[in-house]
This record gives sequence, structure tokens and C-alpha cells, in this order.
Amino acid sequence: MPDVPAMRRSVTWNRWSGVLFVAPYCAFFVLMLLIPLGIGIRLSMTRGDLFGIEAFVGLDNFARLFADPVFLQAVWNTFCFVLITVPAMTVIGLALALVLNRTSRLAAILRAIFFASTVLSVTVVALIWRLMLIPEGGLAAVLARAIGEQPVAFLSEQALALPAVAVTTIWWGIGLPMVLFLAALQQIPRDLYEAAALDRASKTRMLFSITLPAIRRTIALVLVVEIILQFQLFGQPHLMTGGGPNNSTRPIVLFVYETGWKQWQLGYAAAAAQVLFALIALAAMAQYYLSSRKDAA
Amino acid sequence: MSLCVGGRPARTAIMLTAIAALIMLTPMLWVVILSFKDNASLMADTRSAFLPPWTLANYWSIVGEGQVFTWLMNSVIVALAMTVGVLLLASLAGFGFARLEFPGRRFLFVIVLLGLAIPEQAVIIGRHQMFSAAEMHNTYAALVLPGLSMPFGVFLMTQYFRAIPREIDDAARLDGASRLRIFWKILLPLTLPAQATLGIFVFFHAWNDYWWPMISATDKDMLTLTVGVAATQMNFAQAEGLGFLMAQAVFAGLPTLLVYLAFQKYIVRAVAGAAGQ
Repeated sequence: MPDVPAMRRSVTWNRWSGVLFVAPYCAFFVLMLLIPLGIGIRLSMTRGDLFGIEAFVGLDNFARLFADPVFLQAVWNTFCFVLITVPAMTVIGLALALVLNRTSRLAAILRAIFFASTVLSVTVVALIWRLMLIPEGGLAAVLARAIGEQPVAFLSEQALALPAVAVTTIWWGIGLPMVLFLAALQQIPRDLYEAAALDRASKTRMLFSITLPAIRRTIALVLVVEIILQFQLFGQPHLMTGGGPNNSTRPIVLFVYETGWKQWQLGYAAAAAQVLFALIALAAMAQYYLSSRKDAA
Repeated sequence: MSLCVGGRPARTAIMLTAIAALIMLTPMLWVVILSFKDNASLMADTRSAFLPPWTLANYWSIVGEGQVFTWLMNSVIVALAMTVGVLLLASLAGFGFARLEFPGRRFLFVIVLLGLAIPEQAVIIGRHQMFSAAEMHNTYAALVLPGLSMPFGVFLMTQYFRAIPREIDDAARLDGASRLRIFWKILLPLTLPAQATLGIFVFFHAWNDYWWPMISATDKDMLTLTVGVAATQMNFAQAEGLGFLMAQAVFAGLPTLLVYLAFQKYIVRAVAGAAGQ
């Protein structure tokens, strides 16, 4: 005679015990991601400081943000930075991948060199480039003197500081687009090129008729990934320029940091963070859209 | 397949790329060379970098200071703890989402996937307040726990568990193995490549993390190497001088570069995998 309550218990146990496997992670997910997100959204609608929340102000912080020249300048800087770095990294990354997609020893060494800077922390990268660019004895200044020019203070010239931060960033991150493109190039079937060679197609023709169409999904992926990454620019200007000169290198994230941790206007900083979140979420949706069409392409 | 299979254009292209690679290496070499010069001669003229005498004085002053070793130790502890933690949580959850049936499974998984789109910037203020309220800043827990919520690990492991043929679990179940046993003894060993990819990704992420450790750890003895070197760097003008900063950059860059040289293939795969999800 089967023991009915025990069986029912074991059915319930079987039905629910799977939760135990996902529960530990989900606890961290809720505690370290969802709750802080909620706190941030709530804060963005209050005026508060270090000592606590003062008042609920609705969307006032957002209205204030879009009338704040410093914030608007930060948004502008962020877009400029994305517009400089993302196309440059995509084009350079693709060019490197096209040249280095071969099995020679030299190509392997060169690939390793172009990826090496990616593993450095932003601290080391910023330090290296400050030491390259300082007008008193930086390598750029030494070279300028060698050809008889006056050294330029790249990081304190308003027109040059953001481009200098962009060059630093490209130097730091060029490895990622390169390896993404290399992975895509490996997937192109060889016989396509063999057939084209039989038809006496030129190399240029092959590039535009075979290679680029075959990797168009990866080109889109690289663009979106880089847009998301470069929107989050923070450490480089924080360490290299402090946002100056004259606010010309302050991106949104640095604005959030300074408003939150230097001026302790937490509500205002949280509102700026939500604006950034919205921008990144848009880009992430584009990324999801691209990756879900993987099979259609 | 390469654009240029052989011939002169191919050789020209790779020579140009080799020159670009040298330019790429120049900033690192510049910093390394200067780190072996004493401050007095650097202050006079950095062109002296290319001429002897060279010295280890800058490295001795790092060793003498001692604090960088505390930071190095902190970085090792935090990065290892976060790596082990993420691997454990993500493997359990990945198995649960990929292989088990329970009410709400699909819903939970979709929520976790949506979490992939939440950037650190949107949660960092809330996290900072929570850890302040719990008076947990300047602890290892504060440096490690936020990283454990990373949805990418769960996403990756779920994908990986799904790709393992069901027949393997079915066979084990017929032999009477429990779910925990199937997970631990049979499926987990099969996920080792994914564990390596994820582990390396998390380790580098933790090691190079900048914003959260900078605002959470304010006590000099709780800084990670990344944040510690940044703090020294902030006092650039009155810092101990160019040579000292150079030596610090080399000291802080060396651990990740060495790990990179040792595990190059896995690291490239981990970084590309994280971006191409």
C-alpha cells in the first residue's frame, strides 16, 4: 500500500526543489542589482544629501538636468567621444583583422601585441598616457622638440583634450573589435574565395562582394558593443583631465560621480545616472535585436 | 580567410601592421625605460632615458613603501573570491535554468536576462547607500559581493548546460543518480571550458574594476592595486616624481600582462565571448 501523503510530499519536493539551484544567485541578483536600482530610481525623484532624503520632488531633478549647462555639456562630450572612438575602433579593428587573419608566426605575435593593452586597468592606461603627453618631458614633447616644434599640452588644451582621451581609449581597447572580427572572418567558407578566384575576381572585389557582406552582423555587433562601452567613459578623463579644461572632457558618468560624491547631491546624481541608463538600454535593445536575428542573417 | 593571400600587397600590408604594432608598444616601452632612471636626471631632461646610467632606485622605493604589496594582496583576494563566487553561483543557476523544471523558471530567467542591460552606473549609488547603511564599506565583503550579481555568468552557463546532450543526464537518472549528483559529478566536469572562460573574464573584471572599489574602499589599507595606483597618481604634481610613477605603472601593469602571456588564448576567447553574447 503506497504512502499517499509521503508521495504527495515528494511530488511537491520534486516540483519545487529546482528552485534551490537558482535561489543563491537570485538572492544576489535581487540584493545587489534590483534593490540598488530601485533605490537609485527612488533617489532620482528626491532631493537629498549625505545625511538623508529631504523631499520627494517628482521629476524636478530631470527638468533641472536638461536645463543644466554642465550636464548638457557632459551629454555633448559623451556623444562626441562615442562619435570619435566607435567608428575609429571599428575601422581599425576590421583592418587589423583582415591583415592578421593568417597562420604565420609574425601574424600571431602582432595579434598578441594589439590585444595586450586590453588587459591593463584604466589606472595603468591613464598613467602611461599622461606620461606620454605631459609637456614637461613626455614622449610627445620630446618628439616635438626633435623636429623643432614647441611641445603641446594636449591635456590642457580645450580643443585637444577630448581627442587625446579618445586616442588613449582606442589604444586601450582596439584588441576587442580585432578579435571579434577575426572570429567572424574564420567563419567565412573558403570555397567562396576559391570560386571567386576561378572567376578572376580582384582582391578588392572579393573584399566588397564576399568578406564584408559575410561579416555584416559582426560589424553591427561591434558597433553596438563599442557604443555601449564608450558611453560608459569614466576612468580615463577622471584620471587624465579631471573633466577639464573648461568641462571639455567631462562625460555623463564623471558628472554622476562628481555630483554624487564630490557635491553629495545624491538625488541629482541618481537622475543623471538614469538618463545614462536609458541611453544604454536603447543600445542594448539594439544589440539584442541584432543577436536574435543571428539565424536570419 | 585573408584579404591578401600572398604576393607583394600582402607583404606591404603586414609590414605596415608591424610598424603600427611598434607604435602600439611605444607607450609601454617609454614607461618601462623611464622607470629605470633616477628622478634627478628625469627632471632635468627625459631624453636622458635613452642613455645610461640606469637604476633600480624607483623599484626599491616601491618595495620600501610596502603599501603596494598590501594593495596587490587585496587585489588577489578580491579577484579570486569574486571568481570562485561567480563560478559557483552561475553554475548552480545555469544548471537549474537549463535542466530543471520548477514554477516560475522561465519568468526568472527572462528577468535575469533583462539584468544584462542594467549598467553599473544605474545601481552604484543605491549600492553605496546600502553598504553605508550596513556599515560595510572598507571590507572585503563590500568589494566582492556586488560582483556576484553579474547576470552574464548565469547567461553563459545556462547556454552551456543547454548545449550538453540530454541523453547524458537521462542515462545517469536511470542509474538512480540524484540531481545534485548529476550536476556535480557528471555535468559540471563537462562545463570546464565555459568555467575557464567565465573565470578569466571575472578575474580581469574584478582586478581592473575602478569605480566601485574607489568609492567603497576609502581606508588606505583596503585599496586594490588598481585604485591604489590611481590614488598615488592623483597627486601627480607633488608625487615622488616621474620615475616613481613610472615604476608604479610597470608594477601595476605587470600582473595582468603576465597572466595574459600565460593564458593568451583563453583570455582572448573570454573577452570576445563576453562581448559577443
